[in-house]
Amino acid sequence: MRPPKRLRRRVKSAALLALCAVAVLITLLPLASILFECLVNGAGAITPAFFLKNPPAPCNPAPGVTCPVGGIQDAIVGTLLLVVVASLIALPIGILAGIYLSEFQDRPLARPARFLADVMTGIPSIVIGVFVFGIFLFFAQEGWISSFSIVSGFTGAVALAVIMIPVVARTCEEALRLVPTSIREASLALGIPRHRTILRIVLSAARGGVITGALLAVARAGGETAPLLLTAGFTTGAITGLSGWTPSLPVLIYQFSAGGYANTTQLAWGAALMLVLIMLLISVGARLALRNRFGGRTA
Amino acid sequence: MTGDKLVVENLNAWYGKTHAVQDISLSFPDKRATAIIGPSGCGKSTFIRCLNRIHETQPKARAEGKVLLDSQDVYADDPTEIRGKIGMVFQRPNVFPTMSIYGNVAAGLKLHGGYSHDEMDRLVIESLKKAALWEEVKEKLDQSALQLSGGQQQRLCIARALAVQPEVLLMDEPASALDPISTARIEDLIFDLKNQVPVVIVTHNMQQAARVADRTAFLYLGKLVEVAPTRDLFERPTEKLTESYITGRFG
Repeated sequence: MRPPKRLRRRVKSAALLALCAVAVLITLLPLASILFECLVNGAGAITPAFFLKNPPAPCNPAPGVTCPVGGIQDAIVGTLLLVVVASLIALPIGILAGIYLSEFQDRPLARPARFLADVMTGIPSIVIGVFVFGIFLFFAQEGWISSFSIVSGFTGAVALAVIMIPVVARTCEEALRLVPTSIREASLALGIPRHRTILRIVLSAARGGVITGALLAVARAGGETAPLLLTAGFTTGAITGLSGWTPSLPVLIYQFSAGGYANTTQLAWGAALMLVLIMLLISVGARLALRNRFGGRTA
Repeated sequence: MTGDKLVVENLNAWYGKTHAVQDISLSFPDKRATAIIGPSGCGKSTFIRCLNRIHETQPKARAEGKVLLDSQDVYADDPTEIRGKIGMVFQRPNVFPTMSIYGNVAAGLKLHGGYSHDEMDRLVIESLKKAALWEEVKEKLDQSALQLSGGQQQRLCIARALAVQPEVLLMDEPASALDPISTARIEDLIFDLKNQVPVVIVTHNMQQAARVADRTAFLYLGKLVEVAPTRDLFERPTEKLTESYITGRFG
């Protein structure tokens, strides 16, 4: 009687294991495919000119016609600029908000703030783009800013920051909550004031999670197209500083991949590869930075 | 006999509606170790957590009454100031995980500010020596505190508390998470430390109280039942409740 039962169990176990393996493959397949396609189609676009020139006029090769190749210099710079400025706005606000949610959770504002942050992470990014555009439009109507700067790199960065803030706040909150109360008590019991306890001890103990959350937000912002269309401008042209229309990789990919012209399609593939590489670099770089000086991982 | 360093008068403490410490008055003489014993939930931890005002940092916790350090009311002063003067060691070692061994001991000094590098080095070494940890860590001060054993981590916590030069040292079951050898080392340490600062130690281990403390207080259901020189309390308790507790009839 016993062997068949054991056999059945083994079969069941093997079947479940196989299912799990298949699920993992299905999960990884799109990622592998994206990386592969970007490399195959995009690698050819990456030449020195790719980093040093701006996009040419769209063109299809024909007998007697050679198309200019061009590059996407300003879109790369634009994306970096947008993400850096957005991070400068969003990280301090998000981390401070996360501290409030975690360390002052008995305050009346904490619960509604947490709820709103959760709702905000679910708002479609195009809506956030429209919202920020509306705000800057209002500023211009009131005469506080020039109407030329309604659509600008800065507006785009603000839109990205609005997307980032709730992500940073919630992940920072979760990371801080993982720090045991006993660590806070140890610090308070040394006569270290509460603000220093939070900033120097608790935040330091949670830094792995906080940095991971910040990176998630940066990666999310770096890949956003929709909120930039209205705010930073639907452009692949030259950058004119943060006060003017600012090109970015996602917008460029969107614009060029649908054009149907050989040279710009090639640039779109190259841009896609660049975007993936930049995100990869950020994430690897942070992981390296995260290794604390004792050689271990912090989170 | 020296005077009383710390005097508690009519101390009450609550967690929400739970009245955990009820009207306790007790004094702690200088250069002595006082043990506080009692069954789980008798309020002994809450009691000493009121002495450095760490109790009130928890949600819904509050305390009332007088705690006098050198006849100055702890509850009238700034809590941060008080916690610098009344050090505390907790039940489980709680080293700062991202700091080195040196960094842990220096943390209090660094975050208070106003210490030169030389002063800090001197205080760190002195504290590690007092905590009987120096010989084991002197070669690896810049390594992670987490790589130390549980017993070493607890002695590191003691060194950390001593570095800010407290006037009183509170210990909340400091050896309850440790093995017997580490426990013995901590007890030896308390025996030495009490000559420098008065030590208040909460313990559920009556033998430990008998070994390290000059005086012992017995708490039951949030109330002080009896306080006496340790030997008297264990050999000739005046209260029936104390007698039945120390003879193991309940608790």
